[in-house]
Amino acid sequence: MPTRHPADPRTTAGIIALAAIALLIGGAFAGLLFEGAHDFSGAWAAFDPYLLRVVRFTLWQAALSTLLSVGPALLVARALSRHPRFPGRTFILQLFAVPLALPAIVAALGILALYGRAGYFAGVFAVIGGGSWPGIYGLSGILVAHVFFNLPLSVRLFLEALQTIPADQWRLASQLGMGARPAFRLIEWPTLRAALPGVAGLVFMLCITSFTIVLTLGGGPAATTLEVGIYQTLRFDFDPARAVTLTLLQIALTFVVVLALTRLGANVAGDTNLPVAPRRYLSVNGTETLLNVVLIVLALLFVVGPMAATVMAGLGADLGRLAGEAVVRQATLTSAVLAFLSALLSVTLSLALTMARRALALNRRSGAKTMLEHAADTGAGFVLVVPPIVVGAGWFLLLRHVGDVFAIAPVMVVTVNAVMAMPFALRAVRPAYDAASERHERLCAQLGITGWNRLMLVDWPSLRRPLATAFAFAMALSLGDLGVIALFGSDSVQTLPYLLLARMGSYRTQDAAGLALLLGLVCLALIMAAHWLGTEKDRDA
Amino acid sequence: MPDGVASRTEKGAPVRLDQVSFSYGEAPLVFDVDFAAAKITAIMGPSGSGKSTLLNVVAGFETPQSGRVLIGGVDVSAEPPSARPVSMVFQENNLFAHLSVEQNVGLGRSPSLLLTEADRAAIAEALERTGLAGKEKRLPRELSGGERQRVALARVLVRDRPVLLLDEPFASLGPALRDDMLDLVAAVHAERGMTVLFVTHQPEDARRIGEHVVFLDNGVVAATGKADEFFTGAGPEVFQRYIGTGAGDAVSRDVARKRT
Repeated sequence: MPTRHPADPRTTAGIIALAAIALLIGGAFAGLLFEGAHDFSGAWAAFDPYLLRVVRFTLWQAALSTLLSVGPALLVARALSRHPRFPGRTFILQLFAVPLALPAIVAALGILALYGRAGYFAGVFAVIGGGSWPGIYGLSGILVAHVFFNLPLSVRLFLEALQTIPADQWRLASQLGMGARPAFRLIEWPTLRAALPGVAGLVFMLCITSFTIVLTLGGGPAATTLEVGIYQTLRFDFDPARAVTLTLLQIALTFVVVLALTRLGANVAGDTNLPVAPRRYLSVNGTETLLNVVLIVLALLFVVGPMAATVMAGLGADLGRLAGEAVVRQATLTSAVLAFLSALLSVTLSLALTMARRALALNRRSGAKTMLEHAADTGAGFVLVVPPIVVGAGWFLLLRHVGDVFAIAPVMVVTVNAVMAMPFALRAVRPAYDAASERHERLCAQLGITGWNRLMLVDWPSLRRPLATAFAFAMALSLGDLGVIALFGSDSVQTLPYLLLARMGSYRTQDAAGLALLLGLVCLALIMAAHWLGTEKDRDA
Repeated sequence: MPDGVASRTEKGAPVRLDQVSFSYGEAPLVFDVDFAAAKITAIMGPSGSGKSTLLNVVAGFETPQSGRVLIGGVDVSAEPPSARPVSMVFQENNLFAHLSVEQNVGLGRSPSLLLTEADRAAIAEALERTGLAGKEKRLPRELSGGERQRVALARVLVRDRPVLLLDEPFASLGPALRDDMLDLVAAVHAERGMTVLFVTHQPEDARRIGEHVVFLDNGVVAATGKADEFFTGAGPEVFQRYIGTGAGDAVSRDVARKRT
């Protein structure tokens, strides 16, 4: 029986949100296809040995990064799980969450400040290597940066998996007198192995779509990935046909990986809960303890190093002069406004999709989901298949026929970043909304509380905090993004990351370090706010 | 206030389910039953027999695949829940946790909480009637379980609709408290004369205030009749089996205990 009730305004909101997202992604594809059809032979000619080398490097660096992140992470996670009362364990885990919050360009600068040609360790490395230290540009730099981001992420994900082992199993293990080796083989490894494909897949995905790291640390044609190739083709060579080929290849590549990931049931948005230390019934012997301590300390140093270097180098910059510069002020203001708008849009779209999904699920008593519900449910996840640089490239190609591409920069930065932050925003908002709806749905239906009334009287009080979490997270992501602005930025529209890149490019390293410190601190503060808002017990609950 | 709300003087409306069929996927439910106007009917039956679904269909939370729901002779099948002349009290989640007692009751008058002086007077009276005077400003978490259900009943009073649906609202309360609440429902019923459909697992509850019994089994109405007959051993066999073997003894012993 078709439902004869008036259409739920929540469904309408969801349809509008989906249409906006479809317009953004669809416009990009239209640009690409139009360009490809326009110059088909040019797009075809782009398949040359150089392109193959770029594809090979993209995959190779991602594979190596995954191996180097996930392998050690297995050991570190296990070490941490073996020592639930390791001194400063909670603090270490919180530190391991910091790279997730840091903009890639800030991390890249930190790594250069530490291991670069003129970095803090340059002298040490020169002595060890016997000669001058060339710095870590190229593959080595990319790998170090990727491991810096993904080792701590993997550790937290593995630790979360280990935490799911029931306490009873540990009690049993200690009663049966299992040592470290059998406990690993019989208890820990099966759990880790189950989590492994998902974690490795996620890291691989993050590495093949990594743009900023490769742009700033990759060295020339020998260390270029598809994403950076797209950027260079559009910004420097201006070869639209070639850009189309690169972009379509990138989409195909990410699509295959995401498809594989969803098969593996991975959590593509990749944030984790802070695992709590459980009670343990296992005694760990001296040798193992020593080994574990060494592992943990090494991982900690590796993660803390670039952060400390960022702070030190940043403090070494002439911060007073930087703060006085009109360009810096303008870029800060631009960044703040664009990130704010982007977060607002992201949260609005996410809320609309969440509400529509819930409303549709409630109306469908049984039977299959409609296309619309599928779209509201998983549609946002698919934006991860389309990296920001790809969306940017599509619109860049489309708009250059219409007028000044650079004038559209603010709109592109706001919309693309908003959509890219949606998977994260949805994860904050959806559970809260669904739980509140579970409690309030029938009551609202009975009392006729709908639309605006419902949003203000019923939904807002329970969604305030999750929405704020999503907002802070989306704002941090947008603030630190370099992908879209790298394509569309110009002297008239500069964000902080763009300005930072420009200063790096003109070898004003001190300025770059100062800006990186500023950007890093703001993003960190936002992520901490998001975390705090997300975990603090709501007093009204 | 929305249309279709009965005035205070109007007595309860009869509720009729006309060949209402409903499917949760596998086991189909078919309800074809009349509920007498202005009476309290206890709806009983084993878990999964469709008791809550029946109330949800009347309230409009579930849309049946076929058949009609008539309240006061009017087909309300197409009406959204808020437009039906019905109030419902659930087992839990009857209140918005972030709104005060007063506001929660006030929502029964205006879904946007825009209240007139007359509304406020009605709310105060309803709170007085349900023994909540002085607790207007409290939040639900500052109330006991019984008090929360009283707030829900106060809202039923200000909504003043001719049909009241109770979906095991007192199941999580202790025996003495439950009896108090049942007495309150009976008293309210005596005043307002609405039609009450009351889902319960407890035979004592049904006997205490129920005038009629509708017994569901496997998604169909297995038996209907007067409560007296059901509980004096003259009830249908399916009901006796549900209550338990030797039910006659158990019931009479129980009755005896209660009368002391």
